[in-house]
Amino acid sequence: MEIKKSAKKLFLSIGSVIFAIIIGLLVGALLMVFWGFDPWNAYYHLFRSAFFGTKNISTTLAYSIPLMLTGITFAVGAKAGLFNIGAEGQVYIGAVAAIAISQIAMPSILGFIVTIAFCMLAGALWGLPAALLKATRGVHEVVSTIMLNWIANFLCLYLISGSLVDLSRPQQSVRIPEALRFPVIVEGSQLTAAIFVCIAFVFVIYFVLWYLPVGYELRAVGLNPEASRFGGINHSRAIVNSFALGGFASGLAGGLSMMGMPPSYALHGTLGNVINLGFDGIGVALIGRNHPIGIIFSSIFFAGLYTGARGMQIYAGVPVEIVRGIEGIIIIAAAVPEILAIISRGVKKWTSQR
Amino acid sequence: MDIAALINTSFFAMTPIALAALGEVVAERSGIVNIGLEGIILISGFTAVLGAETGNSWVIGLLVGALTGALFGVIHGFIGIYAKGDQVVSGIGINLFAIGFVAYGLIVLWNTPGVHMMSMDLTVPKIGGISPIFISTIILAIILNWLFKNSVIGLRIDACGENPEAADVAGVNVELVRFAACIFGSMLAGIAGAFLSIDWFGFTTRELAAGRGFIALACVVFSGLNPLLALGGAALFGFSQGISMEIAVMPGVKDIIPFYFIHMLPYVITLIVVAIAIGRKRFPRSLGAPYKRE
Repeated sequence: MEIKKSAKKLFLSIGSVIFAIIIGLLVGALLMVFWGFDPWNAYYHLFRSAFFGTKNISTTLAYSIPLMLTGITFAVGAKAGLFNIGAEGQVYIGAVAAIAISQIAMPSILGFIVTIAFCMLAGALWGLPAALLKATRGVHEVVSTIMLNWIANFLCLYLISGSLVDLSRPQQSVRIPEALRFPVIVEGSQLTAAIFVCIAFVFVIYFVLWYLPVGYELRAVGLNPEASRFGGINHSRAIVNSFALGGFASGLAGGLSMMGMPPSYALHGTLGNVINLGFDGIGVALIGRNHPIGIIFSSIFFAGLYTGARGMQIYAGVPVEIVRGIEGIIIIAAAVPEILAIISRGVKKWTSQR
Repeated sequence: MDIAALINTSFFAMTPIALAALGEVVAERSGIVNIGLEGIILISGFTAVLGAETGNSWVIGLLVGALTGALFGVIHGFIGIYAKGDQVVSGIGINLFAIGFVAYGLIVLWNTPGVHMMSMDLTVPKIGGISPIFISTIILAIILNWLFKNSVIGLRIDACGENPEAADVAGVNVELVRFAACIFGSMLAGIAGAFLSIDWFGFTTRELAAGRGFIALACVVFSGLNPLLALGGAALFGFSQGISMEIAVMPGVKDIIPFYFIHMLPYVITLIVVAIAIGRKRFPRSLGAPYKRE
């Protein structure tokens, strides 16, 4: 009985996600038709360049790495009842931290461990003010994390145009030394061994959330704040833990984008190669239903949209930017959780009236 | 430092934040949260330029901007009120959609990935160097303050946010009041966007909003939903932005303090002010929760 019920819930959940995606693609098609593009041709090239052929799939997987991690940041927040949208700034900080620490000469294995640990720690520290303000003063995390994002933006722009600038290429930062770059695993694509670190991290988060007391406390606070308070759970601690786990994830996203993304292995002067990774993670988490396994799939889907968009621009002439518009519509549609139930009720009402 | 220029810049900088914050005060008092203000400002700034250029008049531009805002109010209100959806998720969706739509629109319409300049003849005419929208914003804050203190409409809006069951029993159409408040609030955010593009800047970009929607939300939190305090908060942030814009070009200072740190200032001040001011502010009991009749 219990299994049947949860299977139905899963089915409904997947159904409404697919429904939201369809609405997003439809509105995207309208925007294309309105400006004289052929949506069939555009979507054909989009999905072909995203998911067909080893090289395309590998590139899509490479792009899914940071999205998976920033999706985890939002999801870990949401599990504790928080709307942590600070991933954007934490990615910048993680990337800068990785670039900075990697300049210290270290033996290879130690270098990997130190660099990864440092970028994760930097991401978590950047979220700390928001966590403390929420826990002690009740400042809404949407406001504090957005302010931290902007502060991170200007701080990182300052650092990469100043002390971390590559003097031979002033439009970017210094590069990660060759010893600390993840090896490419599919020849001719951008997919590196960084994806193993990423997947491993996602499973660690899964384990922490469902099998450790830290995760239990965090989920209890999110599910029922009142009951968890009476149950003796320290809310402030749960909030800080949630922000810390989220910060680790986004810091890692920034670090892996530097260490495991050929060809640049550096931060662009405009932050161009990490910008919007945090905000896109919100969509990834919402479509993945804030569950680590769901997030793995939805991050691959969204990464496919972004890799495919370039093929779409080349072969169908539609600007890549439309993809983010489509993503917005998908999320707006996903805001209504019982969307399928509402529609079926509406259809029933309509047919019974006739 | 040129004090007159500083005050003038501050007036301009506070107007969009104040408009969006006042709208959100009304919406939140009725029980609706809209964190899509940032996106509404961005997209309305874009459509306002489009309207002004197509209709060859700033009046049409302003109108189109306001209507764009109202349209998003209808969408957000429908999801958050009638479909009982998640208001925060819907707001996030609006923000993302706006980023994509504006970037796409700039390319397909004007063939530019960055900035679209418009003719200065099409911007809102100034009265003695001050925008009429700024003056209207001050008056609006005073009117709203009076409305919530002394009028039946204000009382009804508050009832919908505070105790929707009681309001329902007293014969108030809770969903309709919230819907109207949501559309009104989004429309003001739309005017804020139009103000940025066709009044203050005379151009539109994909970074037009630059966090102002979120700063407006911070103002709303800071004000505890009091319109005059929201205006005061906006004035404070406008002033800090004015200072950062003025000292960024001041000889002497700009050589000592890096340019990026000066631009950071308004965001740092926002964070600090919210942290200090929040204290024990009370918000409507059913804020953000859809009303389900039993």
